[in-house]
Amino acid sequence: MYSFTYRRPASLAEAQKLFEGASDPKFLAGGQTLLPTMKQRLNAPSDVIDLGKIAELRGIAKSEGGLTIGAMTKHFEVATSADVKAVIPALAELAEGIGDPLVRHMGTIGGSVANNDPAADYPAAVLGLGATITTSKRAIKADEFFKGMFETALEPNEIIKSFAFPKPEKAAYMKFPNPASRYAMVGVFVARTAGGVRVAVTGAGPCVFRVPEMEAALAKSFTPDAVASIKVPAGDLNSDLHGSAEYRAHLVTVMAKRAVAAAG
Amino acid sequence: MTAISMTVNGKAVSADVEDRTLLVHFIRDHLHLTGTHVGCDTSQCGACVVHVDGRAIKSCTMLAAQADGATVMTIEGLAKDGKLHPVQEAFREHHGLQCGFCTPGMIMTAVDIIRRKPALDEKTIREELEGNICRCTGYHNIVKAIAAAAGAKA
Repeated sequence: MYSFTYRRPASLAEAQKLFEGASDPKFLAGGQTLLPTMKQRLNAPSDVIDLGKIAELRGIAKSEGGLTIGAMTKHFEVATSADVKAVIPALAELAEGIGDPLVRHMGTIGGSVANNDPAADYPAAVLGLGATITTSKRAIKADEFFKGMFETALEPNEIIKSFAFPKPEKAAYMKFPNPASRYAMVGVFVARTAGGVRVAVTGAGPCVFRVPEMEAALAKSFTPDAVASIKVPAGDLNSDLHGSAEYRAHLVTVMAKRAVAAAG
Repeated sequence: MTAISMTVNGKAVSADVEDRTLLVHFIRDHLHLTGTHVGCDTSQCGACVVHVDGRAIKSCTMLAAQADGATVMTIEGLAKDGKLHPVQEAFREHHGLQCGFCTPGMIMTAVDIIRRKPALDEKTIREELEGNICRCTGYHNIVKAIAAAAGAKA
């Protein structure tokens, strides 16, 4: 790892000021992606600004119509929260399946979503539930947040504060994990909400995406059979040593069916 | 340099460390507690697992500065008054190790699993060990040792 200057602000305002004054800074959330990439010298920030001591970024609260989860809330906390299990059990289950228990004790929802890894789990929940992302500057709808591979609507010095998840009528997440990394080869989050059915797919393409054809079919009939014959085109999907684009396209349908069945 | 202080195995420690110092290097190189191992250096193998504020984490994937003010427990802190911790005892009894390199991390993770999970069947133990790799592939007896330690506790 190259050397850097470690900063630990006590407030959001201080974090942003430190960011402004640094030449090539990075915000540090749980560090479960950033630190490994720094060790591999894929990332070499001048300043690492640790958000770990900013109290307002943490915590889970039941809110009107759903849940609000602070950006620095750890996967373990979401997975074991009585409120999350009661309001959106699918979200607790998704968090329980991220990485391994040791990673879940450190990794955060805000870090995962800000990084927008194509195979991360949380983006599927954020998009699948139509969450709203509140940042240091504004509120962003999930549909406008995810822009591409590792790309989001966040500006360089914009920090995610919290996520507002509306309570769905039904929801489930099913993933086919890579057996070594536990990242999603394909993960599908299905939710029936007051605003309609949403289907969000992670792992398959360069960025999490919705499948409107499946959503329309599930709006008519919320059953596994409704999506059984709907295939996403393989053209834009990832192809690597773990699986071809055609294989991933097939998995999208299989995982969507399983998610609908699990949602009940 | 950053000034840090924390409690490690019940003892208050403090030091000035280079900002990029990982917790595992602080533990090994500054405190000379070499029971915590560096196996893969890519955050996968779990040989470096320690407890920070009561939770098992990979100390190769946390900066020492992030642990400032925390309470840390390493494998050296488990035995009390010359008596092995029940999980250590179970690993010995059930031969839960071959070369022994992964053992400190396995045991620290096992203590955490047993603390978090009230009922432990074999499947749960294997799932919970996802972040710990035994390159001797000695999982069978590791799982047996954890099941025995969990049963003894219950």
